[in-house]
Amino acid sequence: MKINDLLNQTSEWLKGTGPNAEIILSTRIRLARNIENKPFSNWATKEQMKQVFDETLSRLSEVKTIKAGMILSLKELAALDRQFLVERHLMSKEHAMHPDFKGLLIGKDEVASVMINEEDHLRIQVLGSGFNLRKSWELADKLDDQLSEKITYAFSLELGYLTACPTNTGTGMRASVMAHLPALVMTKRIGKLLEAITKFGLTTRGLYGEGTEASGNIFQVSNSVTLGQSEEDTLEYLERFVKQLISHEENARRTLLTQQRAELEDRVWRAYGVLRAAHIITSNETIDLLSTVRLGVDLGIIKEIDRLAVNELFIATQPAHLQKMEGKELTPPERDVKRAAIIRARLGETRV
Amino acid sequence: MVCDLCSKNVATVHLTEIINDQMRELHLCEACAREKGAEMEQHFGLQDMLAGLADLGEELGEEIGDQLRCEGCGMMYRDFRKIGRLGCGSCYEAFKKKLVLILRKIHGSTRHVGKIPARTNQNVSDKLRVQELKRKLQRSVEMEEFEEAARIRDEIRKLEKKQ
Ligand SMILES: [Zn+2]
Ligand SMILES: [Zn+2]
Repeated sequence: MKINDLLNQTSEWLKGTGPNAEIILSTRIRLARNIENKPFSNWATKEQMKQVFDETLSRLSEVKTIKAGMILSLKELAALDRQFLVERHLMSKEHAMHPDFKGLLIGKDEVASVMINEEDHLRIQVLGSGFNLRKSWELADKLDDQLSEKITYAFSLELGYLTACPTNTGTGMRASVMAHLPALVMTKRIGKLLEAITKFGLTTRGLYGEGTEASGNIFQVSNSVTLGQSEEDTLEYLERFVKQLISHEENARRTLLTQQRAELEDRVWRAYGVLRAAHIITSNETIDLLSTVRLGVDLGIIKEIDRLAVNELFIATQPAHLQKMEGKELTPPERDVKRAAIIRARLGETRV
Repeated sequence: MVCDLCSKNVATVHLTEIINDQMRELHLCEACAREKGAEMEQHFGLQDMLAGLADLGEELGEEIGDQLRCEGCGMMYRDFRKIGRLGCGSCYEAFKKKLVLILRKIHGSTRHVGKIPARTNQNVSDKLRVQELKRKLQRSVEMEEFEEAARIRDEIRKLEKKQ
């Protein structure tokens, strides 16, 4: 398998399937793990980093779950390819930034991946479609078991998995869901809910991780406590909260449908119209319009396209994806033209 | 709108809270909100990620802790304060006095509950092993990996017989 093969496949998390997929785009479990008696990546010398890199690559390449996929040394990748992998949520921005002695293992269907020498030696990730914390955890837990047969982790009975940052100490687990909450935003109820999220030991972020603004009405909700609470309890707690979030969004959608139907339909069809007609469009405008169109599809206002088509556009219109499809680097203005062309092609151009 | 708690002052803070699976809205005056906030923090041990770390340094009188050094990787506590990341697993032992306070502040706890890796140099009791194996057994059954489940069940039996 090669990186360019990914261009022709839809990431599992974009398939728009799984429980509550009309509101919860994806579920992610991330486990932070380190090798015993080796300095953490940030504090290691180049030589020590290389040692960890070589050792883990040789040991992990035999693990079944990732064997059929890809093993990448980031240093050998072009910057564009690294950005492409970030856009596909296969690795973090930080990982892409300084590629020396950093690696990435990707399972065949892009559900499982492992970052090597990120902040921790290993960052195991399972990313699935819809709202499915339990299933994603089972997969991550199993992959972690397979890795721990080959590697002795830095672990203490008292403090659990020892991580570079004390915010991850303990289970080392960060569970998160990406929620599409356009109706809560439109009805201006989102502010209070976000406030509640932090009050309850959970954190929110935008579509592309730490420090990013929520765009396209997409919010990431995750646990922040990793010590003193088992993985199962953490997941249950998050699950209960997300269920509440879902029912609030559903209520807001119902309110829009019953009390502001004309305005809602106007907004949805206008968004769809602009996407089908534009010849120059920025990434931000695209995401906002796609969010509105997705709401229209989820509520049955637009019937001629399906959720998958909209989801695929979310990622196909990202800068690195555009350039990979074009097969060359593009300046931002060139991208805006190319982006509009791709959207028109996929949504069917309107002729006046 | 008056405050839901004291029914006296004007409500200026609006919260949503979950009790017994129900989310409900609370409208509070500033004084009651502050009290309520403190109560919730205690209950859930929640903190704003790293935000608390820097301040905590001041409170503890850093000069003493700064001299702590990890033999495993050579990191000084003051290095950790600067970069916010530890140097190696042994740092947890070397900086324990300080870290315990930080961990409690972040997580509301200093005791791991949860998964134990199959391979570890730690002295894991049979009781804990069995507990961990039972968890794996349940997972195997849910994932419909019955051969694996049978293997784990045998392992559990072996350990339980020993006890
Ligand atoms: Zn009051
Ligand atoms: Zn150390």
